[in-house]
Parts: sequence; C-alpha cells; structure tokens
Amino acid sequence: MTAAAVTTTGSRSGFQRFISGYGQELIVALSIIVLFIVVSAVNPRFLSDTNINSIIAGNAYIAVAAIGMSMIIIAGHIDVSVGSLIGVIATIAGTMAVSGYPIWLSWLVPILVSIAINAGVGALVAYTRIPSIVVTLGMLSILKGGLISATGGSWITDLPPAFMIAQARAFGIPSSVYFMVVLTVIAALFMRYTDFGRAIYAVGGNIEAARAAGLNAERTVIGVFALHGLFAGVAGILFATQLQVIQSTVPPNLELTVITASVIGGVSILGGVGTVIGSTLAAILFATIGSALIFLNVSAYWLRAVLGLLILATVLADMIRRRRAK
Amino acid sequence: MMLTRFIRYETILAILTIMALITLAMLSNKFFTAGNLLNQGRLMSEVGLVALAMTFVIVTGGIDLSVGSILGLTAILLGVFWQNVGMPLPLAMIAAVICGTLAGLGNGFVITRFRVPPLITTLATLALYRGLAEGISEARSVRGYPEWFFFFGQGEIAGVPFQLWVLVICIVISGVILGFTPFGRATYAIGANETAARFSGIRVDAAKLWIYSAAGFLAAVAAVIFVSRVTTTRSDMGTGIELDVITGVVLGGTSIFGGKGTVAGTVIGLVLIQALKNGLALSGVKGDGTIVVIGIVLIGAILAGALLDRNRGGS
Repeated sequence: MTAAAVTTTGSRSGFQRFISGYGQELIVALSIIVLFIVVSAVNPRFLSDTNINSIIAGNAYIAVAAIGMSMIIIAGHIDVSVGSLIGVIATIAGTMAVSGYPIWLSWLVPILVSIAINAGVGALVAYTRIPSIVVTLGMLSILKGGLISATGGSWITDLPPAFMIAQARAFGIPSSVYFMVVLTVIAALFMRYTDFGRAIYAVGGNIEAARAAGLNAERTVIGVFALHGLFAGVAGILFATQLQVIQSTVPPNLELTVITASVIGGVSILGGVGTVIGSTLAAILFATIGSALIFLNVSAYWLRAVLGLLILATVLADMIRRRRAK
Repeated sequence: MMLTRFIRYETILAILTIMALITLAMLSNKFFTAGNLLNQGRLMSEVGLVALAMTFVIVTGGIDLSVGSILGLTAILLGVFWQNVGMPLPLAMIAAVICGTLAGLGNGFVITRFRVPPLITTLATLALYRGLAEGISEARSVRGYPEWFFFFGQGEIAGVPFQLWVLVICIVISGVILGFTPFGRATYAIGANETAARFSGIRVDAAKLWIYSAAGFLAAVAAVIFVSRVTTTRSDMGTGIELDVITGVVLGGTSIFGGKGTVAGTVIGLVLIQALKNGLALSGVKGDGTIVVIGIVLIGAILAGALLDRNRGGS
C-alpha cells in the first residue's frame, strides 16, 4: 500500500476513510485514553498536574525526535544514530551556554550542526547507495565514541537559567509541550500538503516509480535527512534544557525508543506509509505506560517487560488488522 | 560473476586487515605476542558466536536486534535456576541455554506466522527479553559460582582459551552449512527473492525458524561463556552487543538487503574490529576513540565496496 491508496479510497464515507487512513493513530490514541481512565480509577493521583506534566513534558523531546524519524522511515530509510546525535547536540549546547556564548547562539548552532551532519549522512546514502542502516551504524560509533573521548562523560553544571528553554512556561504548560504539539501539526500538514512531503511518500513507496514520475530521488533523500536533523536538533535542545545538568554521554537506548515510537505510531518499516501524528501519540503512550505502571504499584523492574509485551501486542494487532483489510 | 564480487570485497577487507595488523604490530611491541593475540581471541568469542548466526539472519534479508537481550536473559536465568530454583549448575546451564533458544524461536515464530518484519519483531523482543531479565533478577546479581564453572570463560585447552575452540568449531560448522549444504543455498535463495524461493519449493518458514532459533542458541551459549568469564550474572549483560555484531557482519561484506554474504567475510570483519580495538588501545588511544575508528572503517569499507561495484556495473 502506498500513500496514494490512503487518499483514493473512492466513494466510501468520510468516516470510513478516516478510519482506514488513521487506523493505527486511533488505536494508539484510544489506548492512551483507556489507560488514563483505568489508572486514574485505581489511583486518582495519576491525574495530578505534576504527573501529567512529567509524562508529557518530560518526554516531548522523544516525540519531536520521532517526527523526524517517521519522515526518514516513510522515505524508506532508518537512522540508528539519533540517540548519539541528541547526546552530542545537548553537550555542544550546554558547553556553549556555560562558556558564555549568547543563549540564542547556543540553541541555534547545535541545531545547525545536527542538520549538517544529517545532510551529510543523507548525501552518502543517496549518492553511494549504501544502506542507511549501515551509514548510521557507522555514525553511531563515530558520534558516541567522539563524544565520550572528547568529554569523558563529565557533567555540565551551572547552566544559565535563561538557557533552560524547555522549562519556560506559558499558561502553566511547559514550553516543550508547545514545541511538541506545534512541530507535530506543522510536520503533519507539511507531509500531507506540500510537494516535498508527497515526494517523501513517493520515494519510500516505490523509488523507481518516483523517478519515472520525474522526482529527484537523491535530493529528496538528502532533504528528508536534513529535516530529520532539524527535528533531532530541536529534540537535543529540549533534552539539554529540561534538567539543571547535562551529562555529556549518549542517553542509553534512545534511538530504539524513538524508532519504536515511529513504528508503533503506524509508520511501516517498509516505507511509504504512516503519519507523524501517530509517532507523537506513540511517544506519549510509552510515557503514559511507564508512569501508569508506577501508579499501579507494578515493580519498576518489570516496567520494560510490560512495555515490550505491549509493543509486541500492538504490532500483532496491527498485522492482523492489515490482513483483514486486504 | 556474483562469486567474483564476494571474493573481491573479501580480498580488499583481508588486505585491509593485514595492513592494520602490520601497522599495529609496528606501533606496539606488545601487540604481536601470542599471549595478547590469544587473549583477544577470548574477548572476541562472545560477539563472534552471535555474529555467526547473525550472518545467516542477515543473508535471509532479516535482522535480529534482540540477541543482546537474549544474552542478558539467559545469563539471569542461569543464575536464578542455579541459586534460587536450586538446580545443579550443569542442569541450570542446559535449561538456560534451552530458554535462550526458545527466545530465538519466539522471534522466528512471530516473524513467520504473523509476517511481522524482523526489525520490528526483534525491536519489541529486545525490550521484552531485557525486561524479563530485569524483572526476574530485580537488579540483583548472582555470584559465588563454583571454581570448575570458570573453565568455560577463563580456562584453556592446549594453551588456547576454551571459548576460542568453541568459536573455531562454530565457525567451521556454520561456514560449511552456509557454503556447502542445501540449507545454505536455501538461506541465500530466501534473501535474494523470498517469493521465488517459496515457489521453488523451499520451506522458507522452517528455514527461518531454524535460523532465528540458532541466533537464540548462540546468544545463550555466549551468555554462559560471558558469565563464566566475568564470574557474575547481571541483567544488563550484552546490552548493545547487537550493534557490534551487526557491524562485524556488515563489515564482512554481508548485504543488509540479504542474498549475499559469507561466514569467512564475517570472521575477517570480526578480526579487523578486534585488532583495531586492541591495537589502538595498546598504542595509547583511549577506549572510546577506538569506537570512532571502527565507525569510520565501517563506512569507509562499505563505501569502497559500493564504488567498486558501481565501476564494474558501469563498464
């Protein structure tokens, strides 16, 4: 199935079209709602402001990174280096901030670095035809090793208060939530309504057909990697500014969390299908599950096992649903 | 034509490896000693064992990200079966390895029965199996294994580390299976074109079940060796090993798209990585600097291979 199939559902009613186009997103959204109802029935403190804040605001950077990852996967590629990249971005930003550079510069420069690195990866993938998983596996080693050998994994402390953009609040809501929502909406509109957005689906769905239709596939791939770099850069800044300190290492397993959020959100690993709304919802779902288990008094040691089981269940449900749809 | 292409890439890689070995030997006089090389073989064995099975997995066009978690789960089960359940240690070892193999079989079952792409299946079981390891162990480590158990990770036979013997035997077996048996040819056929393989009467699902079970089995064997080598069991054992394994296999010339790759290539890839790690460490580069070099070598080698391929395609 390609993206075109989503838009050409013919004479079916608008509701049916909505269900078939956003099935996975609806499942994820419903799971979040059900989880909130069940857990708050057992433990009403689950619905407290501070908890909801920590669920959503604390994980907004994962959702933002998952937007870019979704685009990459929709284009038929993958990036396993995003966790290391976020670690590098956060460290550059923190180091610049404590070294006395203007605050806006210590936000902007790391994002530009992130875009440049990923555009480079994109060029390598597009023009040499080396599979993206191989290039980004190499990048993972380079970024991770480079970061730790440069910093020794030290902590960056005494960050200026003005640097903490993720902690800024408007109407009582942390700015990272606004970033997540606004970027998700912009990206969703971009993917659906711009030529470049459609080109990403086309290249991921069938690259030969995309070429035959006159698309410059190489430029699209470089563009989508650069965009992913932008989102990873913003995610890195949110990650760097949400706590009072930055540890200059790579957050463990972050790339897998981001990829999983994209995939559970309905992005097919085979490319060509999916939306960025789904990945954002999935990132929130993971965070909700993690928090819910704590409020349900499930031992923290079993958290990852339950998460793994839920991921597996979601994937199986999705496969069965798709088979029925055929 | 296809065969000459393999040989080309592997030859380049072998020359690269020999050059690296010579350079490293010149940089440090400790590098080219029997003691050091055997010790490096010891350290390479755990990744090496898993990489052999991963070669089959990737040749079929699949991937297994859960091997590190299976390793961790097996290690924990070994400790729990022995200490908490009270099994005799040899029985605990066998039971743990069986569980690890079943974990691999579970991957294969989801992949073949429900047609979930291997990347997603093993992404989910990566979390699930590691989670089970954490849940079962509750972050407690198991220590106090009897002296004889350390033989598997620290002992020697004829001056060569025990696990290096295991690795060599497994290399020979898997090399023969992939290169010279109908099962090996079926593995290539599945990776080259799964539908065509199905229509030619190859039992694709059965082959995949065997291969993913083998990945679980070898990860479990690696777990026993790992526990024996470091004398303790922890739930985070083997974290991230999947990336080392995949790097070795891909560096060895196995195509991530499936259909081509050899055990010999994987072995050369593993040796090159281990030589770089050790040689650079001996010449004073800190541990994390070597990871950078491995990343550059991976991209560089694959790039060289791709350019070589393209030149040939153009001519």
